[in-house]
Amino acid sequence: MTPEEIHSLLAETFPDDVLAWDPSAKDPFVVIRPDGTPGVMRFLKEDPRTAFDFLDNLSGVDLGERLCVVYHLFSFAHRHRFVVKVEARRDDPRVPTAALIWRGARWFEREAYDLIGIQFVGHPDLRRIMLPDDWEGHPLRKDYVYPTHYAGIDNRREYD
Amino acid sequence: MAEIKTEEMVLNMGPHHPSTHGVLRFILKTDGEIVHECLPDVGYLHRSIEKIGELMTFQGFVPYTDRVDYVASMNSNLAYCTAVEKLAGIEVPRRAEFLRILVCELNRISSHLIAVGALAMDVGAVTPFPYALRERERINDLLEEVCGARLTYNYIWIGGVSFDATPGWLDKILHFVETFENIIPEFNRLISGNKIFVERLRDVAIVPREMAIDYSLSGPNLRASGVDWDLRRDEPYSIYPELEFDVPLGHGECGTVGDSYDRFIVRVREMEQSCRILRQCIAKFPHDQPDFRAKVKTVKPPPGEVFVRTEAPRGEQGYYLISDGTAKASRVRIRTGSFTAMAIIEEIAVGCMIADVIAIIASLDVVAPEIDR
Amino acid sequence: MSLYRSMPDTVLTTTVDKLLNWSRLSSLWYLLFGLACCAIELMQTGGPRADLDRFGSVPRATPRQSDLIIIAGTITLKMATRIKLLYEQMPYPKYVISMGSCSNSGGLFSYAYSVLRGIDKMIPVDVYIPGCPPRPEALTESLLAIQEQIKKEKFLVR
Repeated sequence: MTPEEIHSLLAETFPDDVLAWDPSAKDPFVVIRPDGTPGVMRFLKEDPRTAFDFLDNLSGVDLGERLCVVYHLFSFAHRHRFVVKVEARRDDPRVPTAALIWRGARWFEREAYDLIGIQFVGHPDLRRIMLPDDWEGHPLRKDYVYPTHYAGIDNRREYD
Repeated sequence: MAEIKTEEMVLNMGPHHPSTHGVLRFILKTDGEIVHECLPDVGYLHRSIEKIGELMTFQGFVPYTDRVDYVASMNSNLAYCTAVEKLAGIEVPRRAEFLRILVCELNRISSHLIAVGALAMDVGAVTPFPYALRERERINDLLEEVCGARLTYNYIWIGGVSFDATPGWLDKILHFVETFENIIPEFNRLISGNKIFVERLRDVAIVPREMAIDYSLSGPNLRASGVDWDLRRDEPYSIYPELEFDVPLGHGECGTVGDSYDRFIVRVREMEQSCRILRQCIAKFPHDQPDFRAKVKTVKPPPGEVFVRTEAPRGEQGYYLISDGTAKASRVRIRTGSFTAMAIIEEIAVGCMIADVIAIIASLDVVAPEIDR
Repeated sequence: MSLYRSMPDTVLTTTVDKLLNWSRLSSLWYLLFGLACCAIELMQTGGPRADLDRFGSVPRATPRQSDLIIIAGTITLKMATRIKLLYEQMPYPKYVISMGSCSNSGGLFSYAYSVLRGIDKMIPVDVYIPGCPPRPEALTESLLAIQEQIKKEKFLVR
């Protein structure tokens, strides 16, 4: 199926959840409402016409006013790809988890929480993965300030 | 006989351990030798490469992509440069494409040599590892001749490659391929058919097809579980459409489909196929076209985003780039094959012995920088 | 006639310091501590072409049995406290080689938020090897530099 056909299938099955559609991008993507994420993702995985059984990538992006989660999906049965984006508010970034739908999403979501700070509601084990547990802040945000000390070690050099 | 009181033991396989896969930590909860729970703890090599991608220009970021997977750094370079070229619409000359695939396949062979050598050493056979290192030294010589570095090459640049092939380089590669194709059977006689080696790896940590797809495994790990998917053949990039090669799959020849032995033998067979690709590249090399780099001044792609995947030796390496029209990227996201391979260890290590956990990590061929970036 | 000339050829005379130093520098056992890319070059140096074993250096898996630690690779802040623990576990006399740019000063990862900029913030270093990664010949030369340093040590003078 082409991305346009998948989008029209989604728009007629979930009319309230599909917010925007950008067919002019190099990988056409659809933006859906955060609350509708579990329903839409489960439909995309289980419906035999789409059959997206492979979660290729899950990234967190800091867009300035909003934080965004980008899902790249792939289907082995039909060999087609699709991109879904979910946007959340910056001061309260909560997105329902996809870890119950694809088990590979567990670690991807832990990384997005660790580095961007998006809370995935319903995740079985949401804790930091790359940074130490007592780290403060979410580094991949645009307004992050590098710390100068950690655990008593002074990390500055002469050129700072 | 009275009941013996047993307790679960928590064992820390700390970040420093004598295995060669880098700084990984596992917290094992065991009952004697049987593992009940295996929790991986990663992040000991988190070098914030994704944040540095927002501070550097597009061309200046290429040395950092070397360090994402330092055992096969040409493939990481290629993945990033292909993504930027697709985003900015840069056309790569044909000679550069051939040079890129030559070095990438050489690097695939040297990466698989480290993988199978380290697997043999972790399982207890110390001899195959120096054999693999000896062959890797010869590949290092070939690559040092063309770009000057032994490990982190910084050879594939945006728009082409950084240096042209030296005279006689192609003959040296052909000579290497001819001798290497005799070394693989020697390696198989040494280790692949060895009864003790097979007994250590057969039926250990079987990954069925649905679990492999659900956990987003890719590369040789996915093919060992029986999924016939190789980006070089199914979604080809660069000059792969013109090349002919087979894609080895796991058949469960010494056990079940998807066990650790399958993951090992798929890598050995992929080395043979890489030799085939190298021969074809040398035969079809365009000697009459001298351009090896496109004329690009500053890379300033138009605003947009792209996600490009390539087949690296450890799985699919994908670069998701978001550009806002300036000379620096707005977001660089690197999706590596070892990250998802590490996530699956939590589930497949349950019920194995402690010694099998080492064999599982080695058969999945994880390297720490790909997990942590 | 001096004492030296009256002895047969099978007798050597030397000082105790030189004898002790010679026996120590000929069997420097190093801790297998590879963190990142420099670890692959460390493995290649222990490999068939540039061999560290001919200097008497064999890799050991535990710090209690080694007297040389080669910090090869980038040190993250999460790993730094563990390195301090490993260094403290090594018995005296111990030596430290800092291999590569990342452990000398942070290297090209100085722009990172989670990287310790140089291992000399945590433990004292004897020899620094520049390079990214350094060639096996550079690592061999640094081992010889440590051996030169050991030759000059005096133990029995208190």
